Amino acid sequence: MGFWNQLNTEFMARYLPWYVDAAKLTVTIAFWGILFSLAVGLVCSVIRYYRVPVLHRIVAVYIELSRNTPLLVQLFFLYFGLPKLGIVLSAESCAIIGLTFLGGSYMAESLRSGLESIEKSQIESAQSLGMGQMLMMKEVIFPQALAISVPGVCANMIFLIKETSVVSGIALADLMYVTKDLIGLYYETDEALLMLVIAYLIILLPVSILASILERRLRYAGFGN
Amino acid sequence: MDETIQLQAAGLKKKFGAETVLNGIDLDVHKGEVVVVLGPSGCGKSTLLRCMNGLEAPTEGSIRLDGETITSGGRNITKQRQRIGMVFQSYDLFPHKNILDNITLAPVKVQKRSKAEVEQQAEKLLKRVGLWEKRKAYPRELSGGQKQRVAIVRALCMNPEVMLFDEVTAALDPEMVREVLDVMLELAQQGLTMVIVTHEMQFARAIADRIIFLDGGVIVEEAEPEQFFTNPQTQRAKDFLQTFTYEKRKTS
Ligand SMILES: Nc1ncnc2c1ncn2[C@@H]1O[C@H](COP(=O)(O)OP(=O)(O)O)[C@@H](O)[C@H]1O
Ligand SMILES: [Mg+2]
Repeated sequence: MGFWNQLNTEFMARYLPWYVDAAKLTVTIAFWGILFSLAVGLVCSVIRYYRVPVLHRIVAVYIELSRNTPLLVQLFFLYFGLPKLGIVLSAESCAIIGLTFLGGSYMAESLRSGLESIEKSQIESAQSLGMGQMLMMKEVIFPQALAISVPGVCANMIFLIKETSVVSGIALADLMYVTKDLIGLYYETDEALLMLVIAYLIILLPVSILASILERRLRYAGFGN
Repeated sequence: MDETIQLQAAGLKKKFGAETVLNGIDLDVHKGEVVVVLGPSGCGKSTLLRCMNGLEAPTEGSIRLDGETITSGGRNITKQRQRIGMVFQSYDLFPHKNILDNITLAPVKVQKRSKAEVEQQAEKLLKRVGLWEKRKAYPRELSGGQKQRVAIVRALCMNPEVMLFDEVTAALDPEMVREVLDVMLELAQQGLTMVIVTHEMQFARAIADRIIFLDGGVIVEEAEPEQFFTNPQTQRAKDFLQTFTYEKRKTS
């Protein structure tokens, strides 16, 4: 009871616009980061699936590198390291690139496990119908592989949205940054943290719910030969 | 060359690593002929069929379709495969597509035929196997026997010159075997060229123009069905046929 009664609602109302702006930034970074992660992941998963000479080794190195370094370190490298090599990127670009670098490997692994779960007999029956590689990919392998990858891909999306909180480390005014700022300025810790949690819930809950609906729909949409 | 030879294996050898699975197969399949390949499990029947449509590349020798060599991984392989239909033991319909889409996919996308024309043919074929009402169903909603009939229709809709069947009833419940075999018998009557691998001996006897008995990677015996089943010439064929007969237990 005490916690709720003591909340400074006036303070919360005053700084709500800060959170709205910060949420917009978080969503923007997450949106582009996820989109590019999917693109990178798709290309990498196909390269690994077909074991494309040379490229699949490069992809393997990338995946290890990406999965075994913290996002903050990747961001520092992009934001503070690259300018020393003469490449200056805006903080927002760094955040999106960093998130893509991280997310690409996670997406690649989820998509690849989907691709690899397609039975050989599916491929052979497509081949025996005279289908070429591209057509087979588009009509037979991808639709089935994607459906299998959906739970993994959705989990990655949620993971990446949460990871955006790290971008405050390169001075981007996302939700985390604003919260730390307000706490530092006014010591209204309870209010700031509560707004932070609610903001993340508002962003993440719809994604979570959508993901579970999608998973359920796909599970019933023509599988279980 | 003999004009009526449609599919030909010449000196066909296939090795997997050190294991020689096919060790020199010579086989001519004539237009309209039904050849049934028999042999113990693991003798290379599937491998022979898979070589015939380029799913496996011969180690030596060749497969020819109307005199044209089939090269697995070659430029023309997708063209050549359109002329050879194949049905496998596992029901390998595309699970994310309904029955009609399963059938029309390749004729429309690979052969670039008009959708209307392909659907007309699909309708005719599906009606013939009694599954037209199931056209909107998904594979998972069908029984094994129904799925196999659809798989046959799917291959037929490409208008192949030759059909290969690899133990298409082996995974079916006994009561569904008949419905699939009946479809194949009908195709044989219509003069389709077929190469069939099966363990249904009575069916083999009824449908075959010629029996090929494969063992140890070579054709051990080749005969008309009546001859083969009533009077096999080789000991190995006799032993093989013996495994399918049950004699009444003598109580003395
Ligand atoms: N892709 C493969 N790699 C290695 N060995 C194989 C492969 N395919 C088949 N074989 C082997 O070849 C032999 C013949 O197999 P198969 O043609 O399937 O026989 P059948 O269909 O007559 O039962 C078996 O010993 C099998 O283990
Ligand atoms: Mg076999």
